[in-house]
Amino acid sequence: MYLRHGAFSYLPELTDNEVAAQIRYALDNDWPVSIEYTDDPHPRNVYWEMWGLPLFDLTEPDAVLHEIHDCRAAFPRHYVRVLAYDARLGRQTTALSFLVQRPSHEPGFRLVRTEANDRVQRYTLQPYATEAPAGARYSPE
Amino acid sequence: MTSDDRWSPGVRSYASMGYYDADYVPKETDVLAVFRVTPQPGVDPVEAAAAVAGESSTATWTVVWTDRLTANTHYQAKAYRVDPVPGRAGEYFAHVAYDLDLFEEGSIANLTSSIIGNVFGFKPLLALRLEDMRIPVAYVKTFQGPAHGIVMEREMLNKYGRPLLGATVKPKLGLSARNYGRVVFEACRGGLDFTKDDENINSQPFMRWRDRFLYCMEGVNRAMAETGEIKGHYLNVTAATIEEMYERAEFAKELGSVVIMIDLTIGYSAMQSMAYWARRNGMLLHLHRAGHSTYTRQKTHGVSFRVIAKWCRLIGIDHLHAGTVVGKLEGDPATTRGFYDTLRLDSIPANPAHGIYVDQEWASMPGVMPVASGGIHAGQMHQLVELLGEDVILQFGGGTIGHPMGIAAGAEANRVALEAVIKARNEGKDLLREGPAVLRAAAQRCGPLDAALSTWGDVTFDYAATDAPDVIATASR
Repeated sequence: MYLRHGAFSYLPELTDNEVAAQIRYALDNDWPVSIEYTDDPHPRNVYWEMWGLPLFDLTEPDAVLHEIHDCRAAFPRHYVRVLAYDARLGRQTTALSFLVQRPSHEPGFRLVRTEANDRVQRYTLQPYATEAPAGARYSPE
Repeated sequence: MTSDDRWSPGVRSYASMGYYDADYVPKETDVLAVFRVTPQPGVDPVEAAAAVAGESSTATWTVVWTDRLTANTHYQAKAYRVDPVPGRAGEYFAHVAYDLDLFEEGSIANLTSSIIGNVFGFKPLLALRLEDMRIPVAYVKTFQGPAHGIVMEREMLNKYGRPLLGATVKPKLGLSARNYGRVVFEACRGGLDFTKDDENINSQPFMRWRDRFLYCMEGVNRAMAETGEIKGHYLNVTAATIEEMYERAEFAKELGSVVIMIDLTIGYSAMQSMAYWARRNGMLLHLHRAGHSTYTRQKTHGVSFRVIAKWCRLIGIDHLHAGTVVGKLEGDPATTRGFYDTLRLDSIPANPAHGIYVDQEWASMPGVMPVASGGIHAGQMHQLVELLGEDVILQFGGGTIGHPMGIAAGAEANRVALEAVIKARNEGKDLLREGPAVLRAAAQRCGPLDAALSTWGDVTFDYAATDAPDVIATASR
């Protein structure tokens, strides 16, 4: 499967130049940018690991790209995303989020059905990857 | 006027009874209403405005001595400003102030029974339209507001930085539950965030509600497993009684749905009850504005949709259909902008060019996600994003389900078009000028988008809007 996560997951993978353009858009809006990574792609896994603190007070995307490269190097088979945060009153939430790395092989999700009363099904989504312990997932083929 | 005159039995003009006061300065806590008044021939506009104030507050047709048992001037609404409508002979904007004491806390039913009660049938008026209202913060704070609001909805869905995408299942009527769920599955797995019941899908002989809920949630969950993102189907719980609606909503919850839906036709109190339910149960609440055009569309009589939008935000709706500008349904661009601002912003200054006649402060009440639906397609994506912005749900029913390569392909075409346009906008491209080229470039890598652009190309619905603001253009405002 191909994980759909973030604002651009139906487009071809962004090049570093394209990533830089999106980061510039965020910085122009005064949105600090942060980098997160995970090997648990469940859509309700909100808290990906933080690659350091959010990068406040930047004006140019270079430093973010540098951190993205370091994060990719440290976790070459994890998902890595960039987040831009809007701290304005009334928002105080993520303004933009997109993937900048995904594992080369994505096994997808098992849909577990539990039969209940009166034809009701209870559904559980399980990433196949998380059957292995954290850190030991998405090993090279 | 001596007090004897004021209280002599018989009929007096509303203006002379105190329902018109040109010197009245509205209080911060007053509810303000702006009406478009069309008096009968021969009726003085000031007297007509006073009559509106009187009939929507304390007055009856004749003097009653029992008014003297109250602090009656406190309870009287006051028309304080009457202006001719620019370019519309015989029509006047009447500004009326109501003391907060006239209204029960947190009750749209009570507010509307006064403001749009008897007065709309009053004989001396040819027509009457409620154009706008200023709800004072003191009254705003007595309402729950959106069950979750735009920010919480995005966090719940884990989706940021782009409009959300939806589609209404078509045909509106007749599909069996099993076939209906197929449409939900295909549209969601193809790339939409939501699918939607139509307003008149409740529980008919061809598809009972419980079966529909089961098959739709099968489709939703299959699509989540295929894509790894959160999906939802607006399960319409509209029914004959509030008890029945609660039962259907509880079942939607039991099945793990993130969203339910109601129709405007259920009435304000039922809407408010469902909004409380949605807050309590962590469920998004979608509202279809079924029936609104019967009273919102004609500019001389009825209630403007911007007022309905305000009431819906107070009532506690999370999603409200608010027009597309470019689609098949009524929607002047400036008026539609006024609706979107009313739903999304926290502080909205008066701007008659957008049909906003009075300032409105929401005091941090969360925003309502506007929904653009009706006759839109992927080829208009750049215009939709430019006109409607990012916090909006774009719904392509025919534009998804009518795709020549199938429903999932139609959904993919819309999603690719959207993401390409958002990426281009963020890169600084001028969407109105460069949008078509952006879409064509994206279509080179996406067969379904290519097919969508050749099928619908430049389909537009280009008719003059009936509900456009009446203002005189000024050099600066």
